[in-house]
Amino acid sequence: MKLRPLFSLIGGLLLAAVPAAHADEVAVAVAANFAGPLARIGEGFTAATGHTLKISSGATGMFYSQITAGAPFEVLVAADDETPKKLVAEGKAVNGSNFTYAIGKLVLWSAKPDFVDAQGGVLAHGTFSHIAIANPKIAPYGQAGLEVIKARGLSDALTPKLVTAESIAQAYQFVASGNAELGFVALSQVAVPGKPVVGSYWLVPANLYGQIRQDAVLLKAGEKKAGAAALLTYLKSAPALAVIEAYGYSH
Amino acid sequence: MTTADWIAIRLTAQLAATSTLLLLLIGTPLAWWLARTRTRLKPLAASLVAMPLVLPPSVLGFYLLLLMGPNGPVGRLTESLGLGRLPFTFGGLVVASVLYSMPFVVQPLQQAFEAIPERALEAAATLRAGPWDRFLTVAVPLARPGFVTAAVLGFAHTVGEFGVVLMIGGNIPGSTRVLSVAIYDHVESGEFADAHRLAGGIVVFALAVLVTLYVVNRPPRAPAGGTR
Repeated sequence: MKLRPLFSLIGGLLLAAVPAAHADEVAVAVAANFAGPLARIGEGFTAATGHTLKISSGATGMFYSQITAGAPFEVLVAADDETPKKLVAEGKAVNGSNFTYAIGKLVLWSAKPDFVDAQGGVLAHGTFSHIAIANPKIAPYGQAGLEVIKARGLSDALTPKLVTAESIAQAYQFVASGNAELGFVALSQVAVPGKPVVGSYWLVPANLYGQIRQDAVLLKAGEKKAGAAALLTYLKSAPALAVIEAYGYSH
Repeated sequence: MTTADWIAIRLTAQLAATSTLLLLLIGTPLAWWLARTRTRLKPLAASLVAMPLVLPPSVLGFYLLLLMGPNGPVGRLTESLGLGRLPFTFGGLVVASVLYSMPFVVQPLQQAFEAIPERALEAAATLRAGPWDRFLTVAVPLARPGFVTAAVLGFAHTVGEFGVVLMIGGNIPGSTRVLSVAIYDHVESGEFADAHRLAGGIVVFALAVLVTLYVVNRPPRAPAGGTR
């Protein structure tokens, strides 16, 4: 009966192709660091509401430029709180719809086991030639990493070793490939539910950096779409918050 | 224009000049061989040279990052030679640019060499010119437009490189933060005025380069007093 999975797959595809009454396909732009959790949340969202998600993941700054240029996204799930605020102020997003769906946690991570100690002493005493960080001008996690270096009084010592990635996704890649011995990334990238942690990390105490508030906002293109508003409501629901916590964010 | 932008411009010029020089040194013998060889491996060799034309820069950048990293064969080699690792260095960008811009240098040269009539070289040979002599005094002058095109395209294409640099550069001012990355940063940060200054400059530069190229390489008109 090897054909049975095939039949159920075809059945599933047919069901997916024939949407339920009033089911919308919501175009979501999501910050790269939250793409994984959102895909998981999307499964529950579709099961609960019948609406489906069309997810584009990328850098929040890039999405900002694209949205101001008329990109057809209906919801922005950003990596910061500034971008949604700016979009509201510029009339590109619905007034009062922005809210904090998650608060990011910063980690100092190395792909090598035992390289990063639980107190982050490696920053001052470790031997390494490159430390990766997301571009502080663009990415809140990068800004937070700089604040930690400053709080430890290591700005002068570490600035020559900084390699700047365009996003924390790329910072992760620099560290994962071993080109940078360690780097500041999001806990959500290192502690993925269901996967073993690779290497070693220091969960940076929250008092060493400014809070990384990640906000979502309803964009003008989604204003009249029931599915878009439903997604924002669902992001505040218990099942969504459970996923958000499981992926290493607080809220 | 900020100091950081000027540093990016100078770095980009240095990268493009260094890469073009190396590309001409490597590309000339390679193109000569491709133009003259009768081996059955020729299609394969020509395809390898042309690969960067069809590969997305992200593929090239991704593999370079892995190959030149501490766990990659190239990374191990450079480390054992005491050169350190290539990602996040100017040298790494030069290596990447040479690979990435290779077809833009080799192909015009190869076409120029192929267009040289065999009898021109044979005539030189009957005059007892050795292979080196034939190459330098017959082939190179005849292929001059090819050299101009190759150098200009190699330089301009390296200036325009973005994806590969983004993936292996690490955005370090003065060593890997080139113009295209600086523009991307300005756009991402919403600094559109700064982005415009640099981006507009690049557009003008590219246009000027190509116009110059087409003017310089224009087929010579009938000289005065020539055929009527």
